[in-house]
Amino acid sequence: MKGIIGRKIGMMQLFDEAGKSVPVTVISAGPCTVTEIRTKDKNGYNAVQLGFGKANMKKVTKPVEGQYKKHNLAVLKHLREFRVEDPSVYEIGQEIKASVFEAGQYVDVVGTSIGKGFAGGIKRHHFNGGPKSHGSMSHRKPCSGGATDAARTIKGTRKPGHMGAGRVTVQGLKVVRVDSDKNLLVVKGAVPGAKSGLLLIKESVKAKKK
Amino acid sequence: MDLIKMLAAEQMKNKYEDFRPGDTVKVQLKVVEGGKERYQTFEGICIAKKNSGLNESFILRKISNGIGVERTILLHSPMLHSLTVTRFGKVRKSKLYYLRDKVGKKARVKERKVYVTKRKD
Repeated sequence: MKGIIGRKIGMMQLFDEAGKSVPVTVISAGPCTVTEIRTKDKNGYNAVQLGFGKANMKKVTKPVEGQYKKHNLAVLKHLREFRVEDPSVYEIGQEIKASVFEAGQYVDVVGTSIGKGFAGGIKRHHFNGGPKSHGSMSHRKPCSGGATDAARTIKGTRKPGHMGAGRVTVQGLKVVRVDSDKNLLVVKGAVPGAKSGLLLIKESVKAKKK
Repeated sequence: MDLIKMLAAEQMKNKYEDFRPGDTVKVQLKVVEGGKERYQTFEGICIAKKNSGLNESFILRKISNGIGVERTILLHSPMLHSLTVTRFGKVRKSKLYYLRDKVGKKARVKERKVYVTKRKD
């Protein structure tokens, strides 16, 4: 499993080889540093921990700083783990660039969706809503919460509530372009989250199976 | 933002002459048929120009065999081979959608006179 941490820059359209205009998302990916390696023997699972972005040294506590000092690394802002099959090919301090991916490959992108606040049933669960007129007073109400027979609301019933600002994965996005000198990764389609939001880009799970 | 501008600049073409809505424009579009490439000519009045940057597009309208035909063309598209202005039009709007409801003589656009001043150098 290949992976990298990046930031969403924004969306645009690019022309492909066939002359078609393709919607793409531009991601500023990496460079990341391998900060820790988890092995099956020691930790029970195989993974690499990647660090991304320059940390604000004023906000870094001494225990956190000590974790980086242990391996003589610069302090980084974000740390994320990526599961790998064989952790022995990685070493601490190794730099991971956008070039781990190549154009034409498929990736999964994980991000934090834009927060929508407290949202009603129509926005949150695509309810239809009530009639708009003819004496109707149930315009955007969620209406029935279920059968009265149960004498309670069944767990998991869709209701208004907090929406967005959660972890979202978009699978199977095609990589259109990679430029590791400019730390650039361009994928076809949209990715979750607002501009400058943190993204985890991984090798596609579904494309791998095929 | 800079990365987006940089990527757009790579694909932008600056080789076409300027034209405005109301001008009659002749374009050659690349058509791929059965693995073969050829150029298809389309000439019509530009009734609108939209967007800016890499997404800049324009709509050409012509009457073909009594039927109005419109094509939206992306200015920076690789499928656009050439572009020439054949007639300058004098119009008072930027979007000439009213032409769609006009037939015959009313669907005409006045000609704009263009004086080309020779540069001394």
